[in-house]
Amino acid sequence: MKHARIAWAGGIHDAIEADGQLELLTPAFKGRRVGFDDVIWLPPLAPMPAHRPRTVLALGLNYADHAKELAFKAPDEPLAFLKSAASLTGHRGFTVRPAGVAFMHYECELAVVIGREARRVAKADALDFVAGYTVANDYAIRDYLENWYRPNLKVKNRDTCTPIGPWLVDAADIPDPMALALRTTVNGTVTQQGHTRDMIFDVPTLIEYFSAFMTLYPGDLILTGTPDGVVDCRPGDVIVTEIEGVGALVNTITAQG
Amino acid sequence: MTAPPPFQPDGTVYGTLLNFRCEAALWADRAAEPPYKGAPRAPVLYIKTANTFTAAGAAIPLPARAPEVEVGASVGLVFGNFKDFWPLPSVDRSLFAMNSGLTDTLAGVAGLVLLNDLSLPHTSYYRPPVKFRNPDGFLGVGPRVVPLAAVGDLAALTLTVRINGELRQTVPLSTLVRDAATLLADVRDFQTLLPGDILMLGTDCLDDGTRPRAQVGDRIEISAPGFQPLVNTIVREVSADGPPLGAKQGAAESGSLFGPSNPAQAGLEPRASAPLGGSEDTAVPSVGVP
Repeated sequence: MKHARIAWAGGIHDAIEADGQLELLTPAFKGRRVGFDDVIWLPPLAPMPAHRPRTVLALGLNYADHAKELAFKAPDEPLAFLKSAASLTGHRGFTVRPAGVAFMHYECELAVVIGREARRVAKADALDFVAGYTVANDYAIRDYLENWYRPNLKVKNRDTCTPIGPWLVDAADIPDPMALALRTTVNGTVTQQGHTRDMIFDVPTLIEYFSAFMTLYPGDLILTGTPDGVVDCRPGDVIVTEIEGVGALVNTITAQG
Repeated sequence: MTAPPPFQPDGTVYGTLLNFRCEAALWADRAAEPPYKGAPRAPVLYIKTANTFTAAGAAIPLPARAPEVEVGASVGLVFGNFKDFWPLPSVDRSLFAMNSGLTDTLAGVAGLVLLNDLSLPHTSYYRPPVKFRNPDGFLGVGPRVVPLAAVGDLAALTLTVRINGELRQTVPLSTLVRDAATLLADVRDFQTLLPGDILMLGTDCLDDGTRPRAQVGDRIEISAPGFQPLVNTIVREVSADGPPLGAKQGAAESGSLFGPSNPAQAGLEPRASAPLGGSEDTAVPSVGVP
């Protein structure tokens, strides 16, 4: 099943995909169907409980083609960094390109949504702790890259710079998250193509690695890195990051101000 | 009447690296060399995730293979309207009215909280420090949010760190590289701080560049005038084959208000991040940002 979270008719609603429409789950409107064009799409994530802000882990250099292209030796452990909910935005949203920057690019990533409290989880059991999957576009603005806790938050945690969605797809519907094609188009032209089988650290390995020292809670996210092929994005460009069976996340770049 | 439960954060907690003049000066020469290639321009931030939150008074587990932990005494700006904290018993209601009429430079700051920002020792600041700064329990959170106006001049505030009663460090906020208003402006330049978020002003080092270290059994107390002290005790983590998931540990686990406990976790070697090559700067710019 595909889950969405939307704003419609003055309120926020949980919905599911039904025959090319959104079927509302809100009691007052239960069963009503609305069109994809008639709603505001929010990140497809339930709010977190009190005292537990969402953990958003992200991976750098997690695709073999990157390592190959950069002549890197494959890293011996995940290159992980943290983001916050402040940077998340929904499907069909706008992402701001700051004035005067030279290079801003998308990163199409499979996002794992944790479904059960995960602590010291073994790789073999790891997928049991996944609620589902969605698509994240982990934009970066290279102009702000510095070599201190790199990639630094000014590059990776900017407002509007992490579109996510449109759907949270149940894990049961994605039996093998390591068998999914990814691609990105800019204004309809394919600019990035990859496959999750090329991850250096696959989803079970990442869950085992993180949960060995930090407990993951339901609703926490792991953004699993991006394959080769990122290009500069300009105001007006329409970026579609798409993962087979998970969804096509549409985002438009807009100028600052 | 029982004491109100200790405060716990509702938003993201951000830490700030190298924001005391002592440490910035010690790093000046090294900062010019690879892999840093220059002093930081923007604030260097990191995130303390929800699994690190430990209530005041509770025990903090030290990973099995880590001999000791570094203590980072800090004060955090707590965002939100102070009235948002009104219903919370951990806020001193008598001080509610004091935040009206604050100046714009700290707009949106509801108050201040003491924090014990623990980390496993690491000598490189090149890669993000997730495994050093984000083990379960690694952020002691002060028991109360104190309104900004009750503290007065932040730059006049001095934090003290005591371990087992012995004074180990004093941290004068007059020696910040970026004071609270400047840091906040520079962070807001690129991201919003949401209600409930906390921005720590930084942790200072000792004169030799190290930080006070604590071991299993040590009682760490962080205090400042006008704040109730923040006390946490370091305990050995429960072993991997110990109590099952969700087992309670620590002294302040009684309230469901805190959500699930922060259980002990598997140990990690406190070693520097693996070098990932130095060629990023010359890489063809078609790849993601590592």
